[in-house]
Amino acid sequence: MSSAMLNLVLKATLDTLYMVGVSGLIAALLGVPLGVMLFVTRPRQILAQPLTNQVLGVITNVGRSVPFIILMVAIIPFTRLVAGSSIGTNAAIVPLTIAAIPFVARLVEGALNEIPPGLIEAAQSMGATPYQIITKVLLPEAKGGIITGLTITVVTLISYSAMAGAVGGGGLGDLGIRYGYNRFDPMVMLITVAILVVMVQGFQSLGDHLVRKADHK
Amino acid sequence: MIRLTNVSKTYGSGSGAVNALKNIDLHVPQGSIHGVIGLSGAGKSTLIRCVNLLERPTTGSVVVDGQELTALSAAQLNQARHQIGMIFQHFNLLSSRTVFANIALPLELMGMDKSEIRHRVIPLLELTGLEDKADKYPAELSGGQKQRVAIARALASRPKVLLCDEATSALDPQTTGSILELLQDINRKLGLTILLITHEMEVVKTICHRVGLISAGELVEEADVGDFFTAPRTRLGREFLNDFLELEPPKALVERLEEMPGEHTHPVVRLAFTGDAVSTPLVSRLARECGVDVSILQAKVESIQDRTLGLMIAELIGASDKTREALSYLENHDLHVEVLGHVQRDA
Repeated sequence: MSSAMLNLVLKATLDTLYMVGVSGLIAALLGVPLGVMLFVTRPRQILAQPLTNQVLGVITNVGRSVPFIILMVAIIPFTRLVAGSSIGTNAAIVPLTIAAIPFVARLVEGALNEIPPGLIEAAQSMGATPYQIITKVLLPEAKGGIITGLTITVVTLISYSAMAGAVGGGGLGDLGIRYGYNRFDPMVMLITVAILVVMVQGFQSLGDHLVRKADHK
Repeated sequence: MIRLTNVSKTYGSGSGAVNALKNIDLHVPQGSIHGVIGLSGAGKSTLIRCVNLLERPTTGSVVVDGQELTALSAAQLNQARHQIGMIFQHFNLLSSRTVFANIALPLELMGMDKSEIRHRVIPLLELTGLEDKADKYPAELSGGQKQRVAIARALASRPKVLLCDEATSALDPQTTGSILELLQDINRKLGLTILLITHEMEVVKTICHRVGLISAGELVEEADVGDFFTAPRTRLGREFLNDFLELEPPKALVERLEEMPGEHTHPVVRLAFTGDAVSTPLVSRLARECGVDVSILQAKVESIQDRTLGLMIAELIGASDKTREALSYLENHDLHVEVLGHVQRDA
């Protein structure tokens, strides 16, 4: 393989990591609080707000039901507004983030739902405020589940980022399509896939390791 | 210390409404251990949760340490809850925190600083016998140890009242004994008022001063523990006691029991005696003084805290005027006599 090709592969790998890293980080920062909101506003929960809960639930479901490739195209005006352009790696980050936020939120909500209700009751009996219950009980107790959720999100984002080529986003998926498929270069295709496999494997192992460290169950 | 006045709790509304608690009046004086016993679904859990307002009563007032909790704002209630510790059947420890950090949790919630927290937690580890477990996680502990952590945690904010929600129901008998001992110790050392709910008579017998019996959301009976074990006033109370003592007349006899005395019947009685009466040579006296023979069907002696309780199921054999005389003789000697029925003479 030529050094030019190697450079392309390297650049594509970094692009993928960049897109997944930035969108994953923003999605975690916004998705975790949304997931907490989805949980605590449930009926009979510590901040029961049935209406808010339903509205948030519908928004989250809409976000999750639009196929990523359509979402990417549909929000182009918004992407241009945020990233200044609708083409390129930065532009791809916008739809990736938008898609990942509700994904993270539902996984976080699910993780919180695994906490035995008795723990919340015990905290209430100690006079904990809802904010204290969230920070001292819910988040620490669900830490393992939340890390698992974020790991799944990152892996999903790696796969989504392959579609970013459709908006000129670059990355490994884009490389694979253009060189591997369109130019029928099996070597590039193979390398692309191999790198993706290693990347997914790496994030999964890291996630598993962090979960083991967080969990004392 | 705890006073519930006319507390009712209704779930749902209209025709689907369930009355979990009906007009409960309960008073637990300072420093006492009060038990509430009942079958599952009787409303015990709802009752104890009404004391710290984990469940808000539909009507009625809850006063703890002179403060009417039912009249407080959410923020005031959180403050008041620092005065009320609670432990649970399933311990409810945070799996993400060590033993030390679990005990420290209520203090963190109160905004106490780290060194002060250390000062509070260490004596509690000693009190509950957990000195060497401070850095362990709950998953590494046995059930009894977990409940000890929960007790230490409940005591951390130096509450005046401790609520125990089936605190020993998930533990084996031996561990139950050690946890009850600890609760009694705390009650004596710290003068802590304890309200506990349970379905186990053993718990009531071992540590309670007074006991209430709850059935279908109503407190149907309340008595000092010694009196309750000697002479429960309600049918349900007697059932609990008989189950606990395993003191039932033999089946074959029950089938022959008739409600009303007949021409040729003997009374079958259940005798309960405490104090001096336990050591009285009862059977021989009845024979000598009333001319009545006593056939003992079942008998046992139980220690209820510092009292001794003798129980006997016996058939009084003799002419009907003699047996009547025997019954009044027994009643005059501080025995609790209950006529279970009458059997035909040598049927």
